[in-house]
Amino acid sequence: MKKENFIWSSIKVGLLAGAIGIFLSLVGMVEVFNKRDVVEKVISLGMFLLLAISMIAGFIASRRTSDLLGGNQAGSNLLAGTLAGLFTGITLALFVLASDQLNLRAIFLNATPTLSGLLTFGRGSGGLWMLPVLGAGTGLAGGAFLLLPLLVRRPITHAIMVIIFSALFSSLFRVIMVNQGGGIEKAAKAIFSQTGLTINGALVFIFGTLFISILWSSQGAKVQNRVDRLPAKGKLSLRVFSILLIAYVAIMLPQAAGPFIAQVIVIISLYILMGLGLNIEIGFAGLLDLGFVAFYAIGAYTVGLLTSYGEYGLQHVSFWVAVPIAVLISMMFGGILGVPVLGVRGDYLAIATLGFGEIVRLLAGSDFMAPYLGGPRGIIGIQKPCIGTLGEFIAVDIPRVCNGIELSKPQDIYYVAIASALLIAFFSWRLRESRLGRAWMAIREDEDVAEALGIKLVQAKLLAYMLGAAFAGLGGAIFATLVGSIFATSMQLIVSINVVALIIVGGMGSIPGVVVGALALIGLPELLREVSEFRFLLYGMALIAVMLAKPEGLWPSQTISRELHHDEAADATS
Amino acid sequence: MRTTLGERLTDWAISGFMWGFRILIVFIVVYGTFSTLSSGKYTGEQWIDFIIFGISQGSIYALIALGYTMVYGILRMINFAHGEIFMSGAFSAYFLATWLDKMGFIDANPALGLIIPILFAMFMSASISMLVERIAYRPLRNAPRLVPLISAIGASFFLQYTFRGFFGPGVYAYPPIKALQGEWVFFGIGILKSQVIVAVSAAVIMAILYVIVMRTKIGKAMRAVSEDKDTAALMGIDVNRIIVSTFAIGAAMAGAAGVLYALIFRQVGFFMGFTPGIKAFTSAVLGGIGNIPGAMLGGLVLGVFESIGPALFLDGLGIPRPYQLKDAIAYTMLVMILLFRPSGILGERLTSKKA
Repeated sequence: MKKENFIWSSIKVGLLAGAIGIFLSLVGMVEVFNKRDVVEKVISLGMFLLLAISMIAGFIASRRTSDLLGGNQAGSNLLAGTLAGLFTGITLALFVLASDQLNLRAIFLNATPTLSGLLTFGRGSGGLWMLPVLGAGTGLAGGAFLLLPLLVRRPITHAIMVIIFSALFSSLFRVIMVNQGGGIEKAAKAIFSQTGLTINGALVFIFGTLFISILWSSQGAKVQNRVDRLPAKGKLSLRVFSILLIAYVAIMLPQAAGPFIAQVIVIISLYILMGLGLNIEIGFAGLLDLGFVAFYAIGAYTVGLLTSYGEYGLQHVSFWVAVPIAVLISMMFGGILGVPVLGVRGDYLAIATLGFGEIVRLLAGSDFMAPYLGGPRGIIGIQKPCIGTLGEFIAVDIPRVCNGIELSKPQDIYYVAIASALLIAFFSWRLRESRLGRAWMAIREDEDVAEALGIKLVQAKLLAYMLGAAFAGLGGAIFATLVGSIFATSMQLIVSINVVALIIVGGMGSIPGVVVGALALIGLPELLREVSEFRFLLYGMALIAVMLAKPEGLWPSQTISRELHHDEAADATS
Repeated sequence: MRTTLGERLTDWAISGFMWGFRILIVFIVVYGTFSTLSSGKYTGEQWIDFIIFGISQGSIYALIALGYTMVYGILRMINFAHGEIFMSGAFSAYFLATWLDKMGFIDANPALGLIIPILFAMFMSASISMLVERIAYRPLRNAPRLVPLISAIGASFFLQYTFRGFFGPGVYAYPPIKALQGEWVFFGIGILKSQVIVAVSAAVIMAILYVIVMRTKIGKAMRAVSEDKDTAALMGIDVNRIIVSTFAIGAAMAGAAGVLYALIFRQVGFFMGFTPGIKAFTSAVLGGIGNIPGAMLGGLVLGVFESIGPALFLDGLGIPRPYQLKDAIAYTMLVMILLFRPSGILGERLTSKKA
């Protein structure tokens, strides 16, 4: 194959990066992110995004140059980086020019004067030259970055990542630390500003990370060695210690963090719970179920009907009685709906289950079911769980009195959700290595072979589907008590997509993967208003990117990643 | 093979349940139809209105379904983002048509005012679809089946929320074509002009597609690739090029459908592609996925059923405001086809390789 000229390839990288920059600007991301700072008064998140694009463009161009030339050649690498950054800048500058001249605002909502002001650094068309220059500079930096030895490169990457992370979550850390009062409060105010890091905070983080990172790269191997050489007993106590630490953090977090964050954590734990349930279907048995929300709705409505003191409440039993019933009913519906569709293969199943989800939502919201399910008015007044005895049911719209501890705050429901998640995690961990679990995995790999081996396809799939439905019902039940009301409009397909996405991103079939996925896909958008606006756009990108780059997910189960990289492994051994 | 009693019992339970389910559905349809018809609540004219509306809507579904069916025929993959391609066509046409409308062009040349936005939408949809194919599908062509499907779901969300970001969450009103307002009277029955135009345009576009697929060289190549990719490649067909052009042609149909949809419903929004997308997929399955005439037939059948269904089946059962459950009828039909005849009306029995 004819090798490409590295200059042309760098220009292409630059143009592509520029197009990405324009895309992000038009979607509105740059402008929204600009309201947040990475470092106060120095650089905003929006600006950082654009500079990062040109820097990455420079880095990629430089790496491609090395590939094309068969090795690093400082001059060409730097030239490639600069060119890529320059063209990123030029593309963006042309875009600003075009949006001023052509009135793009008439079509694109986000092509506002604010955006062009931002891109010209507030200097109008006189500032147009700045974008290419800055782009070239950052591109050069990106190109040069490749030339640095790994020992220098790694600490810098770490420092940048830590800065972004801490800046993004500055408000979270700030709230937690300010709540502690005293010296910690003062430290928080010195490090974090309202919108990001302060200059001092940024310096602290940069040097802290650099120090730790360098220390680790020089001493890390030794520590690792020592840990490996620990006697079995020592290893065990280390593990017990780390588990206890995690448990402590998990228990204390909602108390320390205040109501808003507690609410977010509950939602995350709820999604972990549902993710673990759906993981049995998708990860173990390979059934792509897009109708998860159907059973979520069934669980939620069952609990609603059984415990609500509002007008649609059929019974007024306690939460602890209602939840098992809800789980059983969801499971039953899982069986009823599962039998017809489970004979269908893979991708048809996805669409058929999606249809179910929509049917359930439409029915719940229709006038047909309104006398029973409240229709658009929903079911309100769902009794909160009570540890202790419940008083008599007196009349509609009056909650039953709880003689004991009422779990009314989100923080309290969090413990219910986490306990259920642990239970499901235990279930799926035990199931995975069982006869049934292996049957599921055989089905996932090849239905025909599995059937030939004597696995009853429909029955095994039905069990997976019913278990998934049961856990979805549990999720819905807890959600109903958390919110205290249910509306058909909250039973959207989005719920299913959320769960599917977090499993895929985290890693199919992997239990820690579900936790990572839920933290990334549910936690991030809930915590960051800036991100939540682009939540589904980012989901879409994440799904595609994960499928392209790492189909086994961020924290894969070992079996699946071995399967997906089977060919590479075979190549390596042969 | 020896089976235990328990296993046989479960088998019986499952097949018994399946038969119960089938009988229930047949009962609902027959009973509902009978009691609606005997109540005489709807006049003959209303039924004709329902059917005509069903045909025009069904022809839109058919146009979208073609894209699903063609891509499935070649790659055995559900292009989940196809509904969004439909939406992007409607959006592109909206911006062009508003601009033309402001200049008074549409009032002066209503025919061109219809055709130019359609062509533009076809072009834009095809470009976007080719881009999606290049980025999200092509690298995954040999991956396990779930992988491209998930990537397609990602692409669908990405496109939806890109459009939301670009154009906002609001709904735009597609500019009216004055010449197409009002009714034409055939044999004493008034029919909305826009519905007739939509059905006719869809028929013309489908006829063109049929000629392309059956008569041209590229159509022949497409059929060959869908039969067997490897052999087609050995015969000197550039499989990649054929796959891309299949995506482009399917997307162009969807883009045209987007404009026709906007003509009937006059609304363009970022979420408009989802429901028609699922329904078009249903049509494709109904007609037999991979089968081009099947997709056309499936679209029409679904459109008509969906249009008369709420009145015919559900009203007779005493369900209030049955039109709220219009979409549920389409989804139920999807499940029923998968259950009764997964190969669809015109489809051949799918071999295990194709299914």
